[in-house]
Amino acid sequence: MIHARGLARTFRTRRGDVDAVRGVDLDVRRGEIVGFLGPNGAGKTTTLRMLTTLLEPTRGEATVAGLDLRRDPAGVRRRIGYVAQSGSTSGNARAGEEVVDHALLYGEDRAVATARGKELFEQLDLDGLWDRTCASLSGGQRRRLDIAMGLVHVPRLVFLDEPTTGLDPQARANLWEHVRALRDARGSTVFLTTHYLDEADALCDRILVIDHGTIVAEGSPDELKRQVSGDAIVLTVSHHADLPRAEAAAGALPGATLAGTEDRTVVVRVPAGATLLAGLLRSLDADGIALDAVELRRPTLDDVFLTLTGRSLRDGETPPTPTGAPA
Amino acid sequence: MIATDTDARPRSTFVHDTLVVFRRAMRLSLRNPVWTVMGLAQPVLYLALFGPLLEPLKVQLGVGNAYQFFVPGLLVQLGMFGAMFVGFGLIAEWRDGVIESERVTPAPRSALVLGRVLRDVVVIAVQGTVLCVVGFAFGLRAPFVGIVLGVLTAAMLGAAFASASYAVALTVKSEDALAPLLNGIALPLLLLSGILLPIVSPAWLKDLSDLNPLKHVVDGIRAEFLGDLSTATSLWGYGLTIALVVVGIWFGTRTFRRENG
Ligand SMILES: Nc1ncnc2c1ncn2[C@@H]1O[C@H](COP(=O)(O)OP(=O)(O)OP(=O)(O)O)[C@@H](O)[C@H]1O
Ligand SMILES: [Mg+2]
Repeated sequence: MIHARGLARTFRTRRGDVDAVRGVDLDVRRGEIVGFLGPNGAGKTTTLRMLTTLLEPTRGEATVAGLDLRRDPAGVRRRIGYVAQSGSTSGNARAGEEVVDHALLYGEDRAVATARGKELFEQLDLDGLWDRTCASLSGGQRRRLDIAMGLVHVPRLVFLDEPTTGLDPQARANLWEHVRALRDARGSTVFLTTHYLDEADALCDRILVIDHGTIVAEGSPDELKRQVSGDAIVLTVSHHADLPRAEAAAGALPGATLAGTEDRTVVVRVPAGATLLAGLLRSLDADGIALDAVELRRPTLDDVFLTLTGRSLRDGETPPTPTGAPA
Repeated sequence: MIATDTDARPRSTFVHDTLVVFRRAMRLSLRNPVWTVMGLAQPVLYLALFGPLLEPLKVQLGVGNAYQFFVPGLLVQLGMFGAMFVGFGLIAEWRDGVIESERVTPAPRSALVLGRVLRDVVVIAVQGTVLCVVGFAFGLRAPFVGIVLGVLTAAMLGAAFASASYAVALTVKSEDALAPLLNGIALPLLLLSGILLPIVSPAWLKDLSDLNPLKHVVDGIRAEFLGDLSTATSLWGYGLTIALVVVGIWFGTRTFRRENG
């Protein structure tokens, strides 16, 4: 559905050039839900705007929905839907009219567009808002209206730029359902950006991690987690005196790295921790080491992100401290 | 509903999409008619307050009644000022993300700007008609064909200036930059057009005003209001109006076609 090679975009500004995207290769198959994950300013929106023909790439090429981005932008537009990060409706206009007008620009029939729009309003919990002006909607309602705009013409490939920003947990879960249904019931392909690790984890078949305009990691959520950090086993011994022996036993597990000890607690990271845990517990028991607590912590995408980029997504705003720079 | 691979698009896109954009814009204007009414209030006030001052000058002006001289000027002013500031509305839409969401559809770029221009043309044609009716109440007497041509000219000027205004707005994308730019163009154009008073002296000022196409457009309408539909003066008026429309629309559509416009 999407094949991009060396896609890059440099913005010329008065203060010099900004290399927003520096050569992105990506492939998305039909029927996949792919998450594009990265901190603020990583180049997610810029990449999406290139793939949706809104911005001409400085370098590189891509085929989107089977058509060449540079040679047939109008054809690409006909086949895709796009939900922008920053809204798509006029405050003075009425919600339903915006959706129908948008569909008409795709050549849809008015009656069909109206029926689909109303159906989407129902599915996205916007019932009763058809005749309201967009300015009078709540932030989350207006966001869902943007999503209805992007889906009303039933595109085979949908780009969603931070679709769940500003949605409450229930609306988010509802949107996830909707996105899954797009794939399962319609065979659509979805390419979405997000800051939320749990969202990428729960929703996406595959994740691309972008930072400073380049893709730094790629894989299924599970692959990424395995690749980078492994599971954490957290043991809390009952008696402080047992700590060194527990540490030794855990550290002896195949592929283990000791991640820290504290008071009565040992943390080790091991690949595929679940398969090793039972054996470890048996050997501790045989040694007569009593435990207060055992925890197996699966790595989160936040761990992945931290390892790959040196930054946590939660403080994505702070620039990375260059190594060796004076503090 | 299964997403399909066919790209069937039955409707002719340019005309259809222009009309979609036009209807949307018209609906928004009708729902909030404050600007339309305000835009009309200005020339009507001029008519009421300034017209009587001109009445004693009708012999010098070479017209049967002062409004034959004055209403053409107001029509041109309406066409110009009614359209020149539409770019502000476009910046607001751009900020709301409307322009980008239209640009991601397969609609021809020209339809996105021309649909809006069409709305402005219709608004100005209605305002111009109302202006002439009010003028008639004040004492305007002129051949019907001349009046129709005058309103048409105003509407066409509206197309030219609206299209250019959209182009500039989409380029600068900021009200703070747009306002001084438009005023900087509008003021000299207006002052050098002889819209309110004929510019006869000093000679350098007259020569300068001769370079202003709007002056010839006003002169053309004035001739038409006196019944001359095919003298050199009115022909110049038609020609320059059409030229302005061509340039304005070329500028507008070209800007909308640019990838990051
Ligand atoms: N029109 C522009 N002109 C100049 N610089 C730009 C422009 N658009 C984006 N940039 C810069 O390009 C970089 C990437 O921006 P982009 O919007 O793609 O980031 P993002 O990953 O979408 O971030 P966010 O999570 O905040 O939405 C940023 O440094 C941004 O300042
Ligand atoms: Mg973004």
